[in-house]
Amino acid sequence: MLLNAKEINIILHRLACQLIEDHPGFENTVIIGIQPRGVFLADRIIKLLQEEFKIKNIPYGHLDITFYRDDFRRSDKPLEANKTKIDFIVEDKQVIFIDDVLYTGRSIRAALTAIQSFGRPKEIELLTLIDRRFSRHLPIQPDYNGRQVDAINDEQVKVHWKEIQGEDAVYLLPKENSAAVSGKQKKE
Amino acid sequence: MSELSVNHLLGIKYLTPEDIDLIFKTADHFKEVINRPIKKVPSLRDITIANLFFENSTRTRLSFELAEKRLSADVINFSAGSSSVSKGETLIDTVNNILAMKVDMVVMRHPNPGAGIFLSKNVNASIINAGDGTHEHPTQALLDSYSIREKLGEVKGKKVVIVGDILHSRVALSNIFALKLQGAEVKVCGPKTLIPKYIQSLGVGVETNLIKALEWCDVANMLRVQNERMEISYFPSTREYTQQFGLNKEILNSLDKEIVVMHPGPINRGVEITSDVADSKQAIILDQVQNGVAIRMAVIYLLASKIKP
Repeated sequence: MLLNAKEINIILHRLACQLIEDHPGFENTVIIGIQPRGVFLADRIIKLLQEEFKIKNIPYGHLDITFYRDDFRRSDKPLEANKTKIDFIVEDKQVIFIDDVLYTGRSIRAALTAIQSFGRPKEIELLTLIDRRFSRHLPIQPDYNGRQVDAINDEQVKVHWKEIQGEDAVYLLPKENSAAVSGKQKKE
Repeated sequence: MSELSVNHLLGIKYLTPEDIDLIFKTADHFKEVINRPIKKVPSLRDITIANLFFENSTRTRLSFELAEKRLSADVINFSAGSSSVSKGETLIDTVNNILAMKVDMVVMRHPNPGAGIFLSKNVNASIINAGDGTHEHPTQALLDSYSIREKLGEVKGKKVVIVGDILHSRVALSNIFALKLQGAEVKVCGPKTLIPKYIQSLGVGVETNLIKALEWCDVANMLRVQNERMEISYFPSTREYTQQFGLNKEILNSLDKEIVVMHPGPINRGVEITSDVADSKQAIILDQVQNGVAIRMAVIYLLASKIKP
């Protein structure tokens, strides 16, 4: 286990405070959760900002990047889309992307393209819970970061949320054995 | 799941209920995309699609072309009138020549039933049937079911009557397959001469009285009388057809429930449907057209995802 519920709670508070520091009042700021897993983190941050820090009316949307990915037709498994829900224009707004794990940076690259369909933002920032800093394929870095992790490529960082898996926790796991086995069979 | 069971869309006949479900879910996402300020995604930027129309079309051709462009595919268009087909080239030769220019997918409308199936067996590209003679028009049936799902929540258990020229209609046949596959009840209604003899074997009811059919149904799909496919007279006159099978406001208001009125277009106003019905709130004809783009984007996207680079 990389982080337990208590540690995650502290990190979420810190991230929320950092956001408030840079975006007092959130007057010109919108928050975008990246589908599918960034939305859980974004929901939490929004809840904190609203309930503990009494900031109301923060524009909040979900962005799905499936149709903007660069591995269409190239990945082994078919890509499954999720809902995009952005009912405002991001023109001239300060946009904060929220995603759970920053790994190769390709998802964020896709999100940067996708968000242009909703206008030209003034500025885009990135908030992540976990930054796998040595795994990047693209020059993309987080502006707000929960925890840096030095994981090797054979490992998988898995974020659990109370709403889904029944606990808040971050795990560092070896890549699933099933995948390794099927890969072996393919070679034979 | 999340992949189609087929590599071509030749007809609804070849699809599973899971395929239809996947196409609808994907279309939901594309419907959101085409309502954005910028209505375009870059998914298919390295796919080239040829639209081959050996038969006239406005709506379907524009809808396919728009769907392809909204997915960022490269598009080439071809219509038989202005081509070497009139010089005697065969279908396979025509298509193989086009494919030699590195085309990945073919959308084809053809006057001969089975043209798409024939092509899929003889050329190396993903084929989408945009109507083959009196056989099938799968994307139309998909968008019709999708529009019913959007309007009434689901297709399962709904009663749908298809009114008009069933004999010559590929829209009718594809609709019957699609609706049955999703668990709807289907009846066809029209002059006996325009209803195929063994249509009951597809599990649909036959009703020759329009009022009775409308009283039974939740949705009425009013088809166009296809004069261009009729070499003999199937009914005495257009006026008589309208009197017996035309839908007007009076009939619509006399029903004890609000039914949904659909039409695949092009409408012959005053023949199968009057203007006040076509423009009424119960008609979802323009929703069908809008959904057509989303459905075709979904079909093209899902088939393209199976073409490996």
